[in-house]
Amino acid sequence: MRTIKFILQKEFRQIFRDASILRMILIMPIIQLVVLPWAADYEIKNIKLAVVDQDRSEYSRQLINKITASGYFNLAHYSSSYNEALHQIESDKADLILQIPIQFEKELVKENEATLFMAMNAINGVKASLGGTYLRTIIQNYNKNVRTEWIQFPRFNPETQIEIVSSSWYNPLMNYKYFMVPGILVILLTLIGMNLASINIVKEKEIGTIEQINVTPIKKYHFIIGKLIPFWVMGLVVLTIGLIISRVFYGIIPLGSFVTIYVFAAVYLLALLGLGLLISTYSVNQQQAMLLSFFIMMIFILLGGLYTSIDSMPEWAKWITRFNPVTYFIEVMRMVVLKGSSLIDIKYHLLKMFAFAVVFNSWAIFSYKKRS
Amino acid sequence: MKQFLAFVKKEFFHIWRDKRTLFILLGMPVVQIVIFGFALTNEVKNAKIAVLDNSKDEATTSLIAEFSNSRYFDVEKNLVSYNQVQQEFKKGKIKLAVIFPQNFSRDLQHLNKAQVQLIADASDPNVANTLTAYANAIIADYQNSITNNRKLPYTINTEMRMLYNPQLKGTYNFVPGVMAMVLLLVCTMMTAITIVKEKEMGTMEIMLVSPMRPQIVVIAKAVPYLLLSIVNIITILLLSVFVLELPINGSITLLMLESILFTLVSLSLGLLISAAVASQQTAMFISLVALFLPTVMLSGFMFPIENMPLPLRTVSNIVPAKWYYIIVKSVMIKGLGIKDIWKETLVLTGMLIFFLTMAIKKFKIRLA
Repeated sequence: MRTIKFILQKEFRQIFRDASILRMILIMPIIQLVVLPWAADYEIKNIKLAVVDQDRSEYSRQLINKITASGYFNLAHYSSSYNEALHQIESDKADLILQIPIQFEKELVKENEATLFMAMNAINGVKASLGGTYLRTIIQNYNKNVRTEWIQFPRFNPETQIEIVSSSWYNPLMNYKYFMVPGILVILLTLIGMNLASINIVKEKEIGTIEQINVTPIKKYHFIIGKLIPFWVMGLVVLTIGLIISRVFYGIIPLGSFVTIYVFAAVYLLALLGLGLLISTYSVNQQQAMLLSFFIMMIFILLGGLYTSIDSMPEWAKWITRFNPVTYFIEVMRMVVLKGSSLIDIKYHLLKMFAFAVVFNSWAIFSYKKRS
Repeated sequence: MKQFLAFVKKEFFHIWRDKRTLFILLGMPVVQIVIFGFALTNEVKNAKIAVLDNSKDEATTSLIAEFSNSRYFDVEKNLVSYNQVQQEFKKGKIKLAVIFPQNFSRDLQHLNKAQVQLIADASDPNVANTLTAYANAIIADYQNSITNNRKLPYTINTEMRMLYNPQLKGTYNFVPGVMAMVLLLVCTMMTAITIVKEKEMGTMEIMLVSPMRPQIVVIAKAVPYLLLSIVNIITILLLSVFVLELPINGSITLLMLESILFTLVSLSLGLLISAAVASQQTAMFISLVALFLPTVMLSGFMFPIENMPLPLRTVSNIVPAKWYYIIVKSVMIKGLGIKDIWKETLVLTGMLIFFLTMAIKKFKIRLA
């Protein structure tokens, strides 16, 4: 126990001496947490519309008004040439072209039928298909207005109508920040913890100080524990700062209890730092350690289910996510913050994370060799 | 010139001797492009939904069939009571519940009006929004299929054409973004260490007493990594075309040149970091923790830039990956030429000049 105390003293001193790193560990998450969640909105709105109006009639004007009033579309371009509009799409100034052909109004009234043409930039397939659907719905509604204008008697409702009532649970205001902020906090915590842990042992190797430790009677597990605890404490400090920011800037108060979050985070950090130390024992220099941890980190984070839904991934990728600690932490955050889940609800997550922690740390102790 | 070449050779040896690092530098982009190319998409496919059918008639049956035929939804559970909805959501598997009231078909036929209720699990609001919109579209299509049997007067038809990506593949949007992200981070990390490593190891002094000028030292550091990056660009492009099935509709030469320009920007950003900081750890911290999230979130492939508030839209302009992402989409998918992307190219060139001059300026020839 006394040995560990001395190692801890050494480690803490080392951390506090490098002020530039310490500053960054504290400031970076604050800045990113304040700035980045505002970017995370992928609701399809603000679709830039280019109208090719070759009819220039009363109807075409009404239709355009109706579309721009919907809130989903911004009129970005208005002309009577399709090529001009296409160029707007090429230069990303428009997403969607609506072409109202010559004689649109006349045909609609006289021939009982007229056609509108749409062309959209489908590179973002989701935006294109949803944008198309929104526009079609608006046009159909407009169509209804036109019909009632002409068919006044008898006042009948010729259309079958399915009324859709939709509601959203757990986050009725659809505030994506409630989901994004805790998720980004998890990612920042992961980046910082992994970065610190994975570089640490290898740094001593590179500078040569590891030999001094190797000749002392310090046990292997003493050494690993001594490395682990300071980062673990710092991780919890970063988490606390993050939770304060989510409270102050975004007004996020978890429905569940803070105890649940901290208990899970404590185990999570053990697992994560264990993995970092493991990388560190296997690497020869800091560059290797960093590249390896970066590689693993990126896969963990991008497949963690925060940015894109895990359901949409191919089977093999879903399989990877089962071994991804970040996935579990993000899920737990979502459950505790938004659904108010308790420790009992997340017991399997906790158990799995505990298993990760045990495996990574014992592996790290095992692979750290005091003889070179 | 001879000095310069000798210096480049020295750097090459550094890289060449550390085979493991070399292997990671060349192998990592391959693995990442393949994994992320396939796994990342903003499409929501196979979302599990629960259905509560209180009516069990012809109309609801065919509507439910429409739902399960769609590639967006998997009908996972048939519920029998409203209370079950909450239980299913708590378990966390179900993303959307569709509820039909009693006498759905009868209402539809006789009153011309019937109601469907959709409940989405909005703890991930982005997914909830997308799913609700898809469900609306399915129901609207069904409604149209009923009404179209009766020919109505004054009908506006719509014809839709999907440009560039008629099959609406998710990869067209994401792969260019993944390319930008991987290239930027890998290239920045390559050079972020080089200078500061010599500072930390003490070999910097030897370099400083040599008659080499700082510009030459800095540029010579980048040359070997540029060659590595070009190898990476080629493998990444080959993978995107042959494995992820992206087209190259524009000129390959232009795409190559733009990619080299972009890697130069990333390499010089790395050099700047390396010249400015005092320890390898700080350099890595900046190139990983500070660059990763802004690149992912502000380059425009994950989240649309037009949805962001104005300050963030402004900030996104200093993210190099944003410009490269636009360039790759324009050249590879839209097949545009230099006259449509000269602005983006100019921005990247400006960044290159800025980072490089700053790196040379920050490179101190005297040690503290």
